[in-house]
Amino acid sequence: MRWLAYLRPGDWLVIAAGAAVVAFTLPFLWQGGFAERAIIRQDGQIFAEIDLGSRREVTVPGPLGATLVAIEPGRARVVADPGPRQYCVRQGWLARPGEIAICAPNHVSVQIAGRTKAYDSLSY
Amino acid sequence: MTASVTELTVTAEDRRVAWLATAAVALSLVDAAIPSPLPGVKPGLANIVTLVVLVRYGWATAVWVSGLRVLAGSLLLGYFLAPGFFLALTGTTFSLLTLGLARHLPGRWFGPVSLSILAAFAHIGGQLLLARLWLIPHNGVFLLTPVFAAAALVFGTINGLIAARLLAEIPAAEPVR
Repeated sequence: MRWLAYLRPGDWLVIAAGAAVVAFTLPFLWQGGFAERAIIRQDGQIFAEIDLGSRREVTVPGPLGATLVAIEPGRARVVADPGPRQYCVRQGWLARPGEIAICAPNHVSVQIAGRTKAYDSLSY
Repeated sequence: MTASVTELTVTAEDRRVAWLATAAVALSLVDAAIPSPLPGVKPGLANIVTLVVLVRYGWATAVWVSGLRVLAGSLLLGYFLAPGFFLALTGTTFSLLTLGLARHLPGRWFGPVSLSILAAFAHIGGQLLLARLWLIPHNGVFLLTPVFAAAALVFGTINGLIAARLLAEIPAAEPVR
């Protein structure tokens, strides 16, 4: 490669330092924090706040029947819901802070929360 | 009719700055035409001119060329005094200050590629800072820092290589235009 001829020894050093800076800032992508808790709401009220540490299932009663929520280390999902369109079930696993699955017909929602409060929107 | 009393004398240096700034503005336009997946991630081709000017003619000329480029580029692209203009101005100021320091690095070890990468990081750093302080006063601005930093590294290296090649191929005696 003749392009490599234009690189001086110190340039490699600077490139390495630049790569180090990129690597150092990489955690910023997860700045919202890691998924730590699942907040299950029923009729807008907090039904349960569960640590995403262990494996368990929660049954949430609603006007149409029971919504089944599965909790696993680092993620949560709605397994079954009596709603007609099954949007919240099809949403699958929620693993990032701020993610939410809403089973509107049964008035149930599952939201992931991290260390810091995640924002839905930003205005400026 | 009153005869003009102001006589503008144009020096060779003025002509050179004008030529180089024109080249830089042209590259800014090319830059703007390249589609970008994310605002802020741009090749920054005009910085090749800045680097060549810095190495060939010194820091003061580089400041002139960059300043004129930002001004004329923003007028042509229609963002003069818009937030984008201040972002460009801040980025350019930061990278010029960095270049002012970095050009004192021993040239045997550090070539145009080093200058280019350092300037690219200073550029995006300055812009992120301005965006955080003024445009979006929320730390969410920094979420995409790794993307910007990676872009600075990649484009800084490429631009530096192009500048190094131009410097190697254009003999010092010839005016760069």
